[in-house]
Amino acid sequence: MINNFLIIWQQRDIVLAGLLNTVILLVISGVASLVLGALFTPLLMSENKAVSRAAAAYVDAMRCAPFLLFVYLIYFGLPTLGVKMSNWSAGAVALILYNTAYMSELLRGAWLELPASLIESGKAFGFRGLTLLRRIILPPVMLRAMPLVGNQLIQIVKDSAFLTVIAVGELTHEMTGIQATYFIPFAAFVAAVLLYWCLCLAIEAGTGMLNKFAEERRA
Amino acid sequence: MTAYDYWSITQGALATISLSLVSIMLGVPLGLALALIRWAKVPVLDRFVYSYVSIIRSCPTVTLTLLVFFALPQLGLSLDPLPAAIVALTISTSAFNCEIWRSSLVEFPRDQYDAALSFAMPRFTRIRRIVMPQVCRASLPGLVNEMTLQIKSTPAVAVIGIVEITRAALRVGSNTYEPLPPFIFALVLYGLIVFALIRLQRAVEKRLRSGGMI
Repeated sequence: MINNFLIIWQQRDIVLAGLLNTVILLVISGVASLVLGALFTPLLMSENKAVSRAAAAYVDAMRCAPFLLFVYLIYFGLPTLGVKMSNWSAGAVALILYNTAYMSELLRGAWLELPASLIESGKAFGFRGLTLLRRIILPPVMLRAMPLVGNQLIQIVKDSAFLTVIAVGELTHEMTGIQATYFIPFAAFVAAVLLYWCLCLAIEAGTGMLNKFAEERRA
Repeated sequence: MTAYDYWSITQGALATISLSLVSIMLGVPLGLALALIRWAKVPVLDRFVYSYVSIIRSCPTVTLTLLVFFALPQLGLSLDPLPAAIVALTISTSAFNCEIWRSSLVEFPRDQYDAALSFAMPRFTRIRRIVMPQVCRASLPGLVNEMTLQIKSTPAVAVIGIVEITRAALRVGSNTYEPLPPFIFALVLYGLIVFALIRLQRAVEKRLRSGGMI
């Protein structure tokens, strides 16, 4: 058994490449879906019923669909509509579009908790449109939503493992390759699980630190 | 897409529903047992449960399924795809259920427990008569929510060859060379299942708010 883990250690270049790919996917889709989610939330909160209904329909559709199905939809479905993408970018696009819906829903929850007087006084000072959003609404919303955003980042890490089915070279995919070559499934997958655990602990520690900073600012 | 294609995806839905049902039925009591171990602060064991929950909660279901299916035979325990899928799904949902049970156990008012103690109720009766009815009520919304998440993580077992909705749709798509219609049909099926669960959750919450027992 120890020998098997030694084989994993010898293959550390591949393992680290897979882990790096997972982290890159996490960072890109985390940042992109947070930014897109922040831009999408005003549509959810829109006073125009047609706009808010359409936005809510998108969010609900994403919340009902399992991520794997959505990946297939993007990877196999979009080419029939004439959009061609590599495996990697199809995976990244799927992660971003899927998590944008969740992020905007989180931000909407935090926005609803915001006191109305804050937005009204912002308006009274002449803030409007995007400036109102950027200067008055989003900062407290972001601080408030921080722990939930951290949870969603962990969800992104877990979702990224699904991308192995479309041959994106992330951690699970590389580990499957190693276990198929050397036939050491136990060592390979246990190592993968432990690496995922470390990644999620790091995310938790990071959001914990940011949250502390947010509490201090609020106080 | 022919009628048969629709039928095969619907059959996949039956697999999705029964897989999640079995894993929920095993995972909910298992989660409760784990939560009780942590709540009662059983020495040594509660550290194990803590690490178990922390690791499993951060582990992707796909990786867990691959681990159970490919790695357990190395330890001399080979499972067919179906039991392996059930084991993997149960392991993952029990960790999430443990956290839900635990949070309502932590919020359970201590003085009621002490009152039962002062009436000299034996431990088992104390748990069954005083703690469980209230904790069950407090955990239900969270448990149903976890069930919808569980439905959405069942496609992970497709990697070991279980044919559920997503894999059935993929098959139909690769037979007809038209991937969009089966995927959209699959999306509708998932939507229906999740919608039914959300309705169930609302009904249960209404029932609880009006003060009735489950």
